[in-house]
Amino acid sequence: MNAEEVAMAVSLTRARAGLRLAPEKTYFIESRLAPVARREGFESVSDLLAAIRARRDEALIWAAVEALAAGETCFFRDRTPFVLFKTELAPQLAAARRGRSVRIWSAACATGQEIYSLAMLADELAMEDPELQIELAASDLSGLALERAQSGLYDQFEIQRGLPIRRLVRYFEKVDDHWRICPEVRRRVRWRRINLVAGLKAIGRFDVVFCRYVLSSMTEEAQRKVAQELAGVLAEDGFLVLGLKESVAGLGEAFQPVVGRPGLYRRNPAFRAAAA
Amino acid sequence: MRTCLVVDDSRVIRKVARRILEDVGYEIAEAADGMEALAWCRAAMPDAILLDWNMPVMTGIEFLRRLRAEPGGDAPVVVFCTVENDPVHIKEALEAGANEYVMKPFDGDIIVEKFAEAGL
Repeated sequence: MNAEEVAMAVSLTRARAGLRLAPEKTYFIESRLAPVARREGFESVSDLLAAIRARRDEALIWAAVEALAAGETCFFRDRTPFVLFKTELAPQLAAARRGRSVRIWSAACATGQEIYSLAMLADELAMEDPELQIELAASDLSGLALERAQSGLYDQFEIQRGLPIRRLVRYFEKVDDHWRICPEVRRRVRWRRINLVAGLKAIGRFDVVFCRYVLSSMTEEAQRKVAQELAGVLAEDGFLVLGLKESVAGLGEAFQPVVGRPGLYRRNPAFRAAAA
Repeated sequence: MRTCLVVDDSRVIRKVARRILEDVGYEIAEAADGMEALAWCRAAMPDAILLDWNMPVMTGIEFLRRLRAEPGGDAPVVVFCTVENDPVHIKEALEAGANEYVMKPFDGDIIVEKFAEAGL
């Protein structure tokens, strides 16, 4: 890839997904785009980018952006937020909702490990207290990632990342070389394709939004915009969960950190007043 | 220093596991089958055991059952590490007292995460 091609990939990803991609990461960009080029029938990444430039074909542009945007994920990533969700957030919100469902959204669900982790916890909570109803929604920018997430199929390396063996045995069935999440857990999740920087109209209200390791790779402008939109869909007493090691400068006025709970944020009441 | 007994009849696997676990601060002892492992445990009970299933002389599952019946044998955290990857074997291991379970092939991250999962 030459400098011009790299610049084009960087600018496409920024324009479409609000993501900051360092131009010096040429190797990363090339390794992500190479499979897209192959899949779409091009000889090389350069040919793929030349075709995008010449045709401005939306499907092709998105195939490239999705590949560049894909992040890492695993079951129960960082562990702490899931313990917090099960022992504090879910019971507390369920009590406040008095029998209505607590609504959870995994806002960048990638291949589904995060939302299925939450779905397993929802199932365990319902065992302990059948009154505790949790609704689960998951979305991602990438149609390809969503397809994989919905399939609920994981290979032997993915299934061993973060998933305790007892939960594997309880919630997954073995299908040839892969493991598939059981239908009862899979059916709990509603799926949608959502580009966070394109606005969050008509998606409803949520009590907890997991949006981890996404905002920190966005431009500050995109961070501010998405943070405001997230504040708009979050219940007043709801929580935003960011990555444990994530710092987001553009979170701005919309949220304030919960003291003693790294990665956990609440809406800023002052900001709500200003927006109203 | 925490101690871990690596039980596998493959010298290569023992070497790989040793390197991974030494990096996160374990002192390693090695055994090539369940009988050898049992002798180690009787001499000095380790904090953790990484345990293969199929071995000559005494299999991992038989070792585990005997270990859990020994005085002090409920103390070590036992992580199976085996090519047996069907739910029947996994359940059998858990019922015999295994704490976690790694399916081969594995990598360093999986071993380290599974040890953390098992409370080590």
